[in-house]
Amino acid sequence: MSSTEVSTIEELTNKEYKYGFVTDIEAESLPPGLSENTIRKLSAIKAEPEFLLEWRIKAYRHWLTQTEPHWSNVKYSKIDYQEISYYSAPKKKPKLNSLNELDPELRKTFEKLGISLEEQKRLSGVAVDAVFDSVSVATTFKEKLSELGIIFCSFSEAVKNHPDLVKQYLGSVVPYTDNFFASLNSAVFSDGSFVYVPKGVRCPMELSTYFRMNAANTGQFERTLIIAEEGAYVSYLEGCTAPQRDENQLHAAVVELIALDNAQIKYSTVQNWYAGDKDGKGGIYNFVTKRGACRGVNSKISWTQVETGSAITWKYPSCILQGDNSIGEFYSVAVTNNFQQADTGTKMIHLGKNTKSTIISKGISAGKSNNSYRGQVKVGRRAENARNFSQCDSLLLGDKCGAHTFPYLEINNPSAQVEHEATTSKIGEDQIFYLNQRGVSTEDAIGLIVNGYCKEVFKELPMEFAVEAQKLLSVSLEGSVG
Amino acid sequence: MLEIKNLHVNVEGKEILRGINLSVNAGEVHAIMGPNGSGKSTLAQTLAGKQEYEVTKGEVLFDGKRLLELSPEDRAREGVFLAFQYPVELPGVSNTNLLKTALNEIRKYRGLEAIDTMEFLSMIKSKMKLVELEQSLLSRAVNEGFSGGEKKRNEIFQMAVLEPKLAILDETDSGLDIDALRIVANGVNKLKTKDNATIVVTHYQRLLEYIVPDFVHVLYKGKIVKSGGKDLALELEEKGYDWIKEDTKEVQVQV
Repeated sequence: MSSTEVSTIEELTNKEYKYGFVTDIEAESLPPGLSENTIRKLSAIKAEPEFLLEWRIKAYRHWLTQTEPHWSNVKYSKIDYQEISYYSAPKKKPKLNSLNELDPELRKTFEKLGISLEEQKRLSGVAVDAVFDSVSVATTFKEKLSELGIIFCSFSEAVKNHPDLVKQYLGSVVPYTDNFFASLNSAVFSDGSFVYVPKGVRCPMELSTYFRMNAANTGQFERTLIIAEEGAYVSYLEGCTAPQRDENQLHAAVVELIALDNAQIKYSTVQNWYAGDKDGKGGIYNFVTKRGACRGVNSKISWTQVETGSAITWKYPSCILQGDNSIGEFYSVAVTNNFQQADTGTKMIHLGKNTKSTIISKGISAGKSNNSYRGQVKVGRRAENARNFSQCDSLLLGDKCGAHTFPYLEINNPSAQVEHEATTSKIGEDQIFYLNQRGVSTEDAIGLIVNGYCKEVFKELPMEFAVEAQKLLSVSLEGSVG
Repeated sequence: MLEIKNLHVNVEGKEILRGINLSVNAGEVHAIMGPNGSGKSTLAQTLAGKQEYEVTKGEVLFDGKRLLELSPEDRAREGVFLAFQYPVELPGVSNTNLLKTALNEIRKYRGLEAIDTMEFLSMIKSKMKLVELEQSLLSRAVNEGFSGGEKKRNEIFQMAVLEPKLAILDETDSGLDIDALRIVANGVNKLKTKDNATIVVTHYQRLLEYIVPDFVHVLYKGKIVKSGGKDLALELEEKGYDWIKEDTKEVQVQV
């Protein structure tokens, strides 16, 4: 760190002190409000290099010139960006002495999902006993990965230990000018995950167990960056099937994936944040920008998502197919119940020759919810022989919910082949009666039918996740029949 | 085992069954025949618990329990099985998954533990042989892309796995060629014990050459107008249903 940097930090931290700022990292937090000063403070607390602070400031200035977009098929009350606190140390969950003190509703859900007792304790903040030593498990994983040269750490650690990689790739897929929420995230992101897989290395494990052990408090403006060098492979699992309660209403994350020549990245998400109550009160707004760049030839990026939580989900994991013969895939199950709203889909941007993309989207609407698929397939002028196949299915449970499909096609090369299929169906009374007649209750019958409907997507999930996702689906749709 | 007393059923406000009386004992096979629209399928579906069918009068006892007061799933768990005339397709739901779920629901209802997976797999494999189904059908989605014959055989296969006390076969012969018919009938015959009973609902006598009934009942305009032994089916085959219709008219005139 240069001496000017140090002095700047000193200056800033001193300034902050005047505002009652405490230097104890564990306990500190910034008062609500957003200004350049907030960002400088944030960056200083995290002892970030100059380039990152500059980048944040540029993002903030750009954000000021933008207005909140409202083109999606979702409705929500106005967000006051000055009321948000942009930095707080990991929120401590209330410590419980045993699981008996846990909210019985939450406990019931845990049991239905088949989450182990140890996991339940960790998620709900019960003091963990010696059997479950997450720290040592995590360390073992880390050692194994670092032997292969794989970097897997928090974003803050990456900034500290691998600033060159961060500088090279941060914002290279989702620039800070990309959209309103991406600009905001770029200005104020607090932490997230960083993965770097070196040339020719196949990551030997799903980067999940470790992540799940550490993901309890990733914060509201999360930033993830995954880089797969030439010939590398990595499968990354984000999220958790257990219901995550969070006091932050707005979540605006950014995820960037970069796949170089012959590299492959598989990114799977299970999102089950608090969706609000039965009357539509509360719940998380999940406004995410996720994008992958297939930079190299023969590279491949697959997004698989199971979205069951959040009051509002607004996200389009996308692929930019730059390299010749590169492949983009998007497999999605989005479930909405009660008053939930989801506007999700993907963008496949074909730029290289012989690029291929596949989109399989399964929307399930129940209650009074609204579920929209929005997808764009764009074939550039030079993208000879681009292929796309899209299938968008909607399943309606009951007659008060809505399903919408908005496909956008922009084809600039005559050799492109683009196929789009869409269906809307309801669960048939005759299907339910058939299953009833075999001894299966109506609720379980719906679970079976819905899981069958999602099979094409679930088979893309890693085994352990797929089983959890199936259970999660049944829990999410509970009480939707009546 | 089954006691139907003066059963009246409305479908969409129209009276379809107009006072059915029938008793079936363990170990018996009953055939219910009749011309199109006589109410055969309505009777089968009413016993299984189809909601749209409104029982306006009468009672059904199954092993002493009031069957009509039970939900469709509880009737199944008590041991009533309906082989559907038109088995529905369940995309993405594998046959194995359905059978395991169903069997465990039934076992749970009867206070039994869930079946061991290995035991379950070897059991279903042996049952498949009964109806000469290919093993690949197990992993395929229920009835999706099945031929008409495969669907019907699949119904009997499910019946073999779930081992009902009372099986109701609703026009299981329709749409089957002679080979498939023989396979289905063989399966049903092999499943017959002194403790279970079968009701075969059919339009044609053909199936009854393979599944020999103890009793034949003729349903016409929502009533059983004639009952007899297996010979009655042959008589119907020979004379057609017009004879019954004429007969019924006479009866009505006499009354």
